[in-house]
Amino acid sequence: MKTPSGFPDGPALHAVVRGRNLTGRIWQYVFLLATSVGIISLSALLYNILDSTYGLMAYEFNVDPATVSDRPLEELSRDELTVILQANISKGAFNKLEEERPFTQRSREDVYELIMERVVKLKVIETYPLTDSLFRRAAIEAEVAQDYPDAQLTFRAWLKPDFITAPMSSKAEFAGVRTAILGSLWLISITIAIALPIGVGAAIYLQEYAKDSFLNRLIQMNINNLAGVPSIVYGMLGLVLFVRALAPLTSGAIFGVTDSNGRTILSAGLTMALLILPLIIISAQEAIKAVPDSLRQAGYGLGATKWQTIWSHVLPNALPGILTASILAISRAIGETAPLIVVGASTFIAVDPSGPFSKFTALPIQIYQWTSRAQSEFHNIAAAAIIVLLVLLLSLNTTAILLRNRFSRKLY
Amino acid sequence: MLGREALLFFQRPEVTLTDFFFTTTWQPAIGKIGIWALANATLLTSLIAILVSAPLGLSAAIYLSEYASARTRSVLKPTLEVLAGVPTVVYGYFALTFMTPLLRVFFGSDNVQIYNMASAGVVMGIMIVPLICSLSEDALTAVPRSLREASYGMGATKLETAVQVVLPAAVSGIAAAFILGISRAIGETMIVAIAAGSGPAFTFNPFQAAETMTGHIARISGGDLSYDSIDYDSLFAVGLMLFLMTFGLNLISQRIVARFREKYE
Repeated sequence: MKTPSGFPDGPALHAVVRGRNLTGRIWQYVFLLATSVGIISLSALLYNILDSTYGLMAYEFNVDPATVSDRPLEELSRDELTVILQANISKGAFNKLEEERPFTQRSREDVYELIMERVVKLKVIETYPLTDSLFRRAAIEAEVAQDYPDAQLTFRAWLKPDFITAPMSSKAEFAGVRTAILGSLWLISITIAIALPIGVGAAIYLQEYAKDSFLNRLIQMNINNLAGVPSIVYGMLGLVLFVRALAPLTSGAIFGVTDSNGRTILSAGLTMALLILPLIIISAQEAIKAVPDSLRQAGYGLGATKWQTIWSHVLPNALPGILTASILAISRAIGETAPLIVVGASTFIAVDPSGPFSKFTALPIQIYQWTSRAQSEFHNIAAAAIIVLLVLLLSLNTTAILLRNRFSRKLY
Repeated sequence: MLGREALLFFQRPEVTLTDFFFTTTWQPAIGKIGIWALANATLLTSLIAILVSAPLGLSAAIYLSEYASARTRSVLKPTLEVLAGVPTVVYGYFALTFMTPLLRVFFGSDNVQIYNMASAGVVMGIMIVPLICSLSEDALTAVPRSLREASYGMGATKLETAVQVVLPAAVSGIAAAFILGISRAIGETMIVAIAAGSGPAFTFNPFQAAETMTGHIARISGGDLSYDSIDYDSLFAVGLMLFLMTFGLNLISQRIVARFREKYE
């Protein structure tokens, strides 16, 4: 049936409406599905990382440890291990190690690692992810027994306390992220020390003092655009500006430091500060903008100067916003890798960074480095390092939320 | 800052612009400087990324702004935000150890190389979804309620309202979100550096390895590079191209928002 004007009516209308509603419902589920893709990929990502962090490891010794010592190596003290090491490597090699760092000053783990590396020559053949290790253990055991008769199979947790406290090593089994964590912390401290005061200062100027002149509009536009510039371009800027042009400053030459070039923590920190500066300025501006004008008027009305009003009314009210934004910007800086590569983070450093002028490595750099290695055990430690990084980021973000809550309660 | 970038570009002496833009081999050490070998990979991975993220991001935005109850939102939004906060190097690891094997299962490991642009592109798409989603959602929620009420009043269903009334009203914001997404994909470094392969190659096959502009910069400057070589100088040409591309896209996106924003009330 149709109405005189040609529209469907009666049962035909009902059919049309039902059809339209059905389409609507189908699409609703399509939209929901698309939204859940976010959750699915996040779970896949976490599963994938955790899967590689624990699992079976097949390894073999080129030299049987039993021939080196009659007691298990794990039970020996440092001095006993040193004796074994001395007995099994050439005199020249031993003296060289002694020269690098006297054996009396080395830790037991260090000597143990040297024995593993130089004497018994531990070699990882294959590693297996967690799910396989749990559900296909028998199959893996059979496979290893068939392909590598000499190999031993053991369950290995790649992420363990040792991993966090051990320094860098060329062997995945002994490598740790202490140097990388310390490097990241140094880096972040420098970044905060530089970016926070400048960023908040610039935001105060732009929001409270700057007149609506052409120049100021230009600056504002530039800041907005800079926030969208790829981070690797900042890295190149840092390379030219801090590593090369300001080399005397960033290498510490003018402070009497002689053993470095411009590729230092300071350069990297300055580059990172440059990178997050626009983010901090923009969000600090937003926070300051959100402070109601009545507060400023009240301040002026009581005879306060402009600076007094800003310092004691506007800033405290904007503080939660500024803090949150800064912490978010900093967590961005911690995870940022590309600029550090360009600025010249060292990829292999076994010594802890000692100050702003030392060479450095950082957590994301380590992850990148290990991921690009072909051997599967390096992927395992990359996954472990990723977990360390994610935990670090998560705790930072939680701090941001806690700080915000605390400060907003105090103020209102 | 912009001036400095431009200055770097002119550090290159023996290079002609025609070679730079119209040849397709990139080997600065022997004087071959066709940017397309790198730019092609950049554009291809970005295209894949936007093809993945645009439908997903937009659908998610529509769901969040039009359908989701407050409770669903309070679960979904933080998840997407977490996804946005994951460092890109982690995504790179994900692409290499999860997406690539997955693609190899689907398309056969003979067709898909270990390092390939498709895997990097897809993961990059996942990385951009939160960006596109949150920007589009802002645009959608900015559409006044009265438009929706009017549409319901005319008897339109929820879907018809969302797609035919709200979406067109918010189209400028959504377009801006897409462009920002592309710009983000072009500038993304770590995912492509890890998963897309190292070695410039001019190919349109997404399952082959090719190096993007960002990946190239990361790889070359990662080694110990002497400051006066042509390799070093060429990096800045690539960097400038990159900067101009993303800068241009960001400008366009801002213009779109400013020019085509529908004003209500």
